Formats: sequence, C-alpha cells, structure tokens
Amino acid sequence: MSDEYENKAGYQAQSSETISSGGGGSGSASDIDYVRPAEIPEQDLYHGHSFISKWVFCQDAKVIGVQYFLLATFTGVIGLVLSWLMRLQLGFPGAAGFMTAEHYYQFVTMHGMIMVVYFLTALFLGGFGNYLIPLMVGARDMVFPYLNMVSFWSFFVAVGVLLASFFVPGGPTGAGWTLYAPQSILEGTPGSGWGIILMCVSLILFVAGFTMGGLNYMITILQARTRGMTLMRMPLTVWGIFTATVLAMLAFPALLVGALMMTLDNVLGTSFFMPTILKAGEVLEYGGGSPILFQHLFWFFGHPEVYIVALPAFGIVSDLISVHSRKNIFGYRMMVWAIVGIGGLSFFVWAHHMYVSGMNPWFGFFFATTTLIIAIPTAMKVYNWILTLWRGNIRLNVVMLWCLGFIVTFVNGGITGIFLGNVSVDVPLSDTYFVVAHFHMVMGIAPLMVIMGAIYHWFPLVAGRFLNETLGKWHFWLTFLGAYSIYFPMHYLGFIGVPRRYFEMYDSPYMTSAVGMNEFISMAAFIVGAAQFILIFNIIKTLKTGKPAGHNPWQANSLEWLTPSVPPEHGNWGDKLPIVHRWPYDFSVPGSKEDFITQTTPPSEVVETEVEKT
Amino acid sequence: MHPGIIFFLVILGSVLFHIFTPWYWTDIASNWGGMDDTITLSFWIGGGVFIAVCLFMIYCVLKFSYKKDRKAEYKPEDKRLEKILTWATTIGVAALLAPGLIIWNQYVSVPKNALEIDVMAWQWGWQYRLPGKDGKLGTTQVVNINDDNPFGINLDDPYGQDDVLIQSDLINLETNQPVKILLRSVDVLHNWYVPQFRAKMDAVPGIVTYYWFEPNKIGEYEVLCAEYCGVGHYAMRGGVEVQSTKDYDKWISEQETFKDLIVKQQKIEFENKKIVKNNNFLLNKEIYKEE
Repeated sequence: MSDEYENKAGYQAQSSETISSGGGGSGSASDIDYVRPAEIPEQDLYHGHSFISKWVFCQDAKVIGVQYFLLATFTGVIGLVLSWLMRLQLGFPGAAGFMTAEHYYQFVTMHGMIMVVYFLTALFLGGFGNYLIPLMVGARDMVFPYLNMVSFWSFFVAVGVLLASFFVPGGPTGAGWTLYAPQSILEGTPGSGWGIILMCVSLILFVAGFTMGGLNYMITILQARTRGMTLMRMPLTVWGIFTATVLAMLAFPALLVGALMMTLDNVLGTSFFMPTILKAGEVLEYGGGSPILFQHLFWFFGHPEVYIVALPAFGIVSDLISVHSRKNIFGYRMMVWAIVGIGGLSFFVWAHHMYVSGMNPWFGFFFATTTLIIAIPTAMKVYNWILTLWRGNIRLNVVMLWCLGFIVTFVNGGITGIFLGNVSVDVPLSDTYFVVAHFHMVMGIAPLMVIMGAIYHWFPLVAGRFLNETLGKWHFWLTFLGAYSIYFPMHYLGFIGVPRRYFEMYDSPYMTSAVGMNEFISMAAFIVGAAQFILIFNIIKTLKTGKPAGHNPWQANSLEWLTPSVPPEHGNWGDKLPIVHRWPYDFSVPGSKEDFITQTTPPSEVVETEVEKT
Repeated sequence: MHPGIIFFLVILGSVLFHIFTPWYWTDIASNWGGMDDTITLSFWIGGGVFIAVCLFMIYCVLKFSYKKDRKAEYKPEDKRLEKILTWATTIGVAALLAPGLIIWNQYVSVPKNALEIDVMAWQWGWQYRLPGKDGKLGTTQVVNINDDNPFGINLDDPYGQDDVLIQSDLINLETNQPVKILLRSVDVLHNWYVPQFRAKMDAVPGIVTYYWFEPNKIGEYEVLCAEYCGVGHYAMRGGVEVQSTKDYDKWISEQETFKDLIVKQQKIEFENKKIVKNNNFLLNKEIYKEE
C-alpha cells in the first residue's frame, strides 16, 4: 500500500525550517517568537480513495470519532428505551403486560452496561477523543491510523455481540451490570446460559478494541504534539482524555481477566469464583472459588471506570466554561494536577463499593480514608469552575446552560458520594435507591450534561453550522429540570430503605408511601427521555438549514478552531502545521483589542498586552 | 425568565423538599443511631457546600452575564485563595470522616455478650439457627445439607446437637440483647437487611460473614434481601419480631433443637418403615412466594 502514500514536498520542508521563518519581520519579533525546529520530517497520511476507505473503513480520526459517536449514541438510545421500560414497571406495576421479573432484570443489566461502557466510555474517548485529540494538539491524525480504524470496528463487533444476546435462547444476561458471581452463571438468573457468555465475549472485544484506540490517544498526545505545544499548554480537554485513557489502559485488564475467568467457570467448569454450591438440592461440581475475588476484579476496573467517564467530562467542561465566560480557566495548573491526582487516587478506592460485601471489614478504614481524600482535588475543580465564572463575561447560550447544569448535578452527586464513601454511612444506604440516585446524578446526568454542552459547542466545527438555539434551550431545560426531579427525590427512597433491583415493592408500609413518588419519577423519566429526540431533530434540521458557522465562531483560542477549512479536512492543517506560542486560555487579556488571543498568535503580535507567560 | 432565577428556584426547591419531605428514614430500632447522626452531619456540611457553590454560581451568572463593552478579569491564578480553599475542604472532609470511622470501628467490634445467630440464605429464602444451652453454634458444611439435616450441621460436632433450629423466615429477638448475625449462603450472594436496624452485610457462599446490632424497640419488622440474587430477589423477604425478655424466653423454649429433629426423624422412619424421601427439602423451599 506504500504507493498510496503521496509524499508532498511541502511537508518535508518543515524539518529544515528554522528561526529564519520569522525573518520576514523585524529582528526582535523573531527572537521572542522563537519556537524550537521540528526534529523529524513529517510523513504524509494514507488517503482513502474509494467511498469505503473514506467513510467505512476509514483511517481519519475525525471520521472514526463521528463513527464512534453515532454508534455509541445508537446503543445509548437502546439503553434509554430500556430505562423507560424499567420505569414503566416501577411506576406503574403491571402496566406493561409482557413484563416479567426476568425481563425486568435483563433490562436493568443491559441498561447499566450499555450506558456505562458502550455509551459513555465509547462516546467520551472514542467519540470526542478521536475527533479532538489530533486537532487540539496540532497533529494531522492519530499516530496509528490503521489501528484506530480497527479499534472502531472491534467496538462495532462488540456492540453487535452485545445486542445479539437479545435474540439468543434465554435472552441477555440479567445478572445486574456488575455481573456478580456466582449468580450470573447459575440458573435462577435470566440469561445464565447464552446471555452471560455473549456479555463476556462482548466485553473482551470492547477491551481489545479500546486498547487499540487508547494506545493511539496516549501516544498521539505524548509524541505528536505540534511545535510549541508543551504539556502545560494543552487544553484541559486533552488532559482529561489523556488521563482517562491511562486509567483505562490500567483498569480494563482487570475487567478482561474477570470476564475471561467467568467464561471459563461457565464453559469449562473451573472454580475461580465458585465455592461449593447447593442448588435445587444438589451439590454442584464447583468448589473452593471466591465470589469476592470477582468483585475485587470488577471494581478494580469499575471504580477507575467512573473517572474514565468523569475526567474527560471535567476537561471538556473546563474548556467550555472558559470559552463562554471569555475568561481563562482559573488555576490551570491546579486543574491539571487535580486531574492527574484524581486519576492516580482512583486506583486506591475501589473497595468502597464493597463495604458490606463480606470482605475483611478492616479494609473499610483504608478505603473510606482514600475515598474521602479524593474529594479534595475534586472539590478544587468545582471551586475553579465557579471561580472562572467570577468576573467573567458570561455568554448565557445553550453551551453555558449545559455547563451550569453540570455544576449543579455534579456537586449534588459528589456530595452524596461523600455520604456513601464514608464507610459507616454507607451501611444503611448501600444497595438502596440512594445509591441509584447518587451514581445517576454524578456519572449519568453530570457527564451527559457535558456531552450535550460539547455537542452544541463543537457541532459548528464538525458540521460547519450552528445548532438551533431555541430548540437547544427546550432540550436543556426539559433535560435538566426533568433529570433533577428524577434523581433528587430518589435519594429519599433510599432513606426509607427501599432496596434497589426490586421488580416489585409489595406492600411494606414504608414502601407503599413511595408509590406516588415512583409514579412521579417515572413520568419525569418518560419526558426526559423524549426530550433527547429534540436534539436528534435539531441535528437533522440544522445539517440542512442551520446558520453557517464560519471560522472560529465562538472566538476560541484552541487549535481545533484554527484549521484552514471548516469542517477540517483530512490532514487537518493544509500545508503547514500550526505553531503554538501560548496556552489556550488567553481570554480578555488587558491591552488586547479582541477578547481572545489564539494559541498560534506569536508574541510579537501582542507585545502591548499584559499577557502572562505560559 | 433569566436562567439564574430558574437555577435559584431549583436550589430553593431542593432545600424545601429536604425540610418538608414526608419520605425520610424509618424510625430507628437498634443501637446504630450514630449512623443517622453522621448522615445528619453530612447533610449539614455537604448540603451547606452544595448550597454555597450553587448560590455563588447563580450570583456570577446574574452579575456577569455578557455585555459587549465589558471585559472579563484576567487572573490566571490566585495561590492564596487556592490554598485557603484546599485547607477548608480538607477540614470539612476530616470532620465527616472522623465520626464515620469511629462508628465503623464499633460496627466491626462485636461485643462479647452478643448472641450469635446463624442466618442461612438460599434462592430464595431464609432460616435461622440459635445456640443451645452450651451457648455455642455447631459447625456446618454445605455438603451435609439434606432433609434430616437442613442446616448442614456436622454430626460429630458436640456443640451442634443442642442448636435451636428455626425453619422459618421469621425469627424473634430479645430487646436490648446484642446479636451477632453470622451470615452464610448455600448458593449465591444475599444480604439480610432490616431497614429499621440500619445494619447490613452480604451473605457470601463459601465463607461466613457477620455484623452486629442491638435491637431496642419491641415490634415486628420486615427482612429484605439487599443483594441481587437472581429472579426471586425482590420476593426474598422475611420477618423479625423484637420481644420483651419474658416473651422471648417463652418463644425460645418452644423451639425445636437439632437433637429433637433427629429423634423425630428417626421416629418417622421407624413408624413408616419407609426410606425417608430422598428429595431434598430445599426443592420445596425453592417455590418462593408468588404473592
């Protein structure tokens, strides 16, 4: 295939480019504008020539990003429909005639797994990661474009296998998204035959595909940044995605071996997770395994997974808030170290999901302490977001509304996280609806708010047109107010003591008092779900008739808005890579004419401003 | 309406909901009031932070919304402010963690006078075993479980003979008598949970787990399974009746011991001269309550 690599003379020339490039201007300007020359010549990319190599098996990270985005959204819509069915049963038991307990548990399981892994993780890292990383660091593409393409198609097959489990005998697994052994592979749990095998296979494929993508994200960020783009000049979006990818690389192997061992227990009759079990009067041929071992493996993946979703959201929301407040992100260095610190700490807190799992209770002291320590850098991030708003010049557009919605829901969910992390407070609340409300608020709704904000923010770049603002406001308010009224009162169901994963509540006195609230929550859930179709309608409508965005419509500083063509073409930068002279947050610098100074603006052009050196 | 005002109404609504909610925890019936107190403390500190952050955000949105002729402040960092905030947060977090850990220490330190109760779980039901006059429970094994020995007690264990067997999902407890719940499961994970007692712990097949509490309010309570255990999870209920010492003593004296059971079984065997049905009793138990 090497003949398809066309080596443009223009690319190679850059290696020999020296300071004399600025020689056209005055001598002093070239001094302060100096950027270290490139060390190696550029290589041209593989250019697809047919429809299939351009749009299907495509190696352009931007197209792969959109592919990830669309497929993740498609699975997300399935997850949404499943949540409707669950809420129908909980709010109005028996209203869906076909709904048995088996179905309910299958829907619970598939909803959870789809939303966490196949929707949020794939969307943030596969979708936004692919699209934004090369553009934001000033690369032409990911460093391994072919591997990147295979990554997406592995994800595609993983989704296919996952959805196939709806059509196999016994249906999909109903083991709960945590797939706890031993029930996940024993009769008595729906889908304990085919369903759980397909789930494990799908996860294994996902991890394999994700590893290919993750290597790309990491190495592109470390090795393919353009000249002048130091690590401490990267947008926080890139920092968030980078740290999340490192976490994923370290956490997913635990899930992988967990899934493999469970498959072996199921198919070959090994006993990794299986102790002696008496089932229907017979002792099964298992013995000596540990169910808690599976929980450790699962949560060693599962807790960093929370931050795999949260860190990209933290990064993205920081950039959105900064751009739309026309103000630098407050405490950039603190923000970077908080992201890295949270990432590191997230590997030492996993067993806070297991306080009442029967593990040695003395672990509780350690994990409660680490868990509450992680609240400190997280709180610093929250302070810095709101301090960025302080004395800003805040555009109250739809993007900013999503950011504000994120702050409210994230702080709310973060605070309840302190409840649950604080070991003895967790005892009465764990396995109740308080937990359900907490994690939906903090890692469902809050990241979703960021995703939505990011869609409204970057759609003009991807499609060249603005999304409709009025529809966007309807979308936001229905989603925010609706989701808040689902999950805020739901905490109080947990206080009553209503356990999660109950198909029916029966008539315990404290549960009958919750009937009215369950009906209300279900109604709100139907509305919030339906409101998401406003976005789909908005996108379809806008693609044809939206207001053209032009170059850098938000007056942002970061590189993705500075491509020669909008939307950016394959190779991103035309003939010449951008050269970076500053961080992406020089907004409203005293003395500058405009309220933004792009990252590529050389110091010689803004000598009269009081810009800080970055 | 200005978005800031809507956000303000959301926060105000949250506070009012919390104050006037008819949905709150059930009246506590055990010694774990400290857990409730820590939750209350968490509400004050956490809720205070939530309200402060949101109000600050709302103020900024109202005060600093976009004007063409105004420029935002340019101030990349404020070391002093960041330091103050870090320390304030650290103190707040420590204030929450300390009581949490103290109560956890009580939770994992079982008092010496606690009565041990063997709670055995399966898909989908409960049964209970209490120590007899010797005050000790006999050891058990899953493979021993059969019709004659529903708890799987090791027959050669002398402590097991006088164990009191309660083959029902209802159990009685004596008020103000600490109990150590020893949990075991013969198949999958379960969790013996009474909301009014606040405490819970998973039953894990293969090991024995435990927790303790001291019931202090006479009454009847519902037991719920709090760890997903398959399709009958939501129906896996039981009951606890907390009684005065007098009532409890009467109740316990009427219960059957393991020895009684063996004698009874032998009698049946002798009279009927038939082989005891081979089917395990668990087969019958497996049909969980439909309604």
